[in-house]
Amino acid sequence: MLWVEHVARIRDHKDTQAFAELFDHFAPRVKGFLMKSGADASLAEECSQDVMAALWNKAHQFDPARASVATWIFTIARNRKIDLLRRQRRPEPEDLTWGPEEEPDQADVLTLQQETEALGAALANLPDAQRELIEKAYFGDLTHSEIAAETGLPLGTIKSRIRLALDRLRHAMK
Amino acid sequence: MRNEIKHHLNDSILMAYAAGALPEAFSLMVASHLSLCDTCRAQAESFDALGGEVLESIDGVDIASLRPESFEATLALIAGGPVEKPQPAPMTCSVLPQPLRDYVGGDLDAIRWTPVGMGVKQAILPTSKDASARLLFIPAGTAMPDHGHHGTEITMVLQGAFQDEDDYFARGDVEIADSDMHHTPVADIHEDCICLAVADAPLQFDRLIPKIAQRFLRI
Ligand SMILES: [Zn+2]
Ligand SMILES: [Zn+2]
Repeated sequence: MLWVEHVARIRDHKDTQAFAELFDHFAPRVKGFLMKSGADASLAEECSQDVMAALWNKAHQFDPARASVATWIFTIARNRKIDLLRRQRRPEPEDLTWGPEEEPDQADVLTLQQETEALGAALANLPDAQRELIEKAYFGDLTHSEIAAETGLPLGTIKSRIRLALDRLRHAMK
Repeated sequence: MRNEIKHHLNDSILMAYAAGALPEAFSLMVASHLSLCDTCRAQAESFDALGGEVLESIDGVDIASLRPESFEATLALIAGGPVEKPQPAPMTCSVLPQPLRDYVGGDLDAIRWTPVGMGVKQAILPTSKDASARLLFIPAGTAMPDHGHHGTEITMVLQGAFQDEDDYFARGDVEIADSDMHHTPVADIHEDCICLAVADAPLQFDRLIPKIAQRFLRI
């Protein structure tokens, strides 16, 4: 499913129907993610509302040539988690979205989405033990020194796609 | 305009950053390096994509049902307006990347240095206590005595360069050292060297003064 369209409708038309559909799909997952990460039900509920509200407010910052909607929501949820559960700041790299806004190439967007789907399929097909280790890392059950990034997943293709999107942004900023 | 960065962060650190598992000081190091290095930035965003797929793959019992009023409450939040703080204007030609400027409160001239001897200065940055972060100033041509490391330490060059027995580290390059590493870095003669250094072991603030000489040598 191309949630990218939904985000564009929110950005361009403040479309609450599109938002409702995104909400129905992602809010329960965000809440589940936060509960698996150690938040109690009411904190996770409150926090998932924050995350979805942030999605609405930041719709203009979303770059579909660089990330899927699920990826983007994950990063917002992760940052809220660090803020609320660990009470730490989360330093972020310098933003590359200040350059002149340029509509990304549809072919780039499509390829990125396909590669993300392929990554999802590869994750689903991993041996249970390996997949559980990755989930543990993202749910916060492993410390940084316990995380060994031998994922066995095809990250290389998606990386080169993201790299192209970064080059395009750098170019636009000159 | 971009330096050719030769020494990068490793996948474990980048994945831990994406997963949100790093102590604040290490996240500051990663954010600073990613600001200078698109190779690692693309890899870090790939690990974000993996996080997105982990989120997407939550199903069955792990999907948490929401309260019935949840959607309306979220619309009310939106109607209340964004609580985002205004973004600082991007600065060009600064030595410190944006994440470091956030901690220092400006560029190089805003750093409050403390001398630690031999012309070397340091500035400890305010991060959570599970790890430490500081800026180091090493005068051009100064050699650090042979030294070892405790836990994981990462050093990134921001200005100038340093050289040890094996390698040359310039702006954006990171040196990842663990306990069995032993070396003698020397700051390049052409320019004073400024580095960001982060370490696993929290600083013992009460023993700061007597320990200071020993600690600054551990870059
Ligand atoms: Zn790098
Ligand atoms: Zn060293």
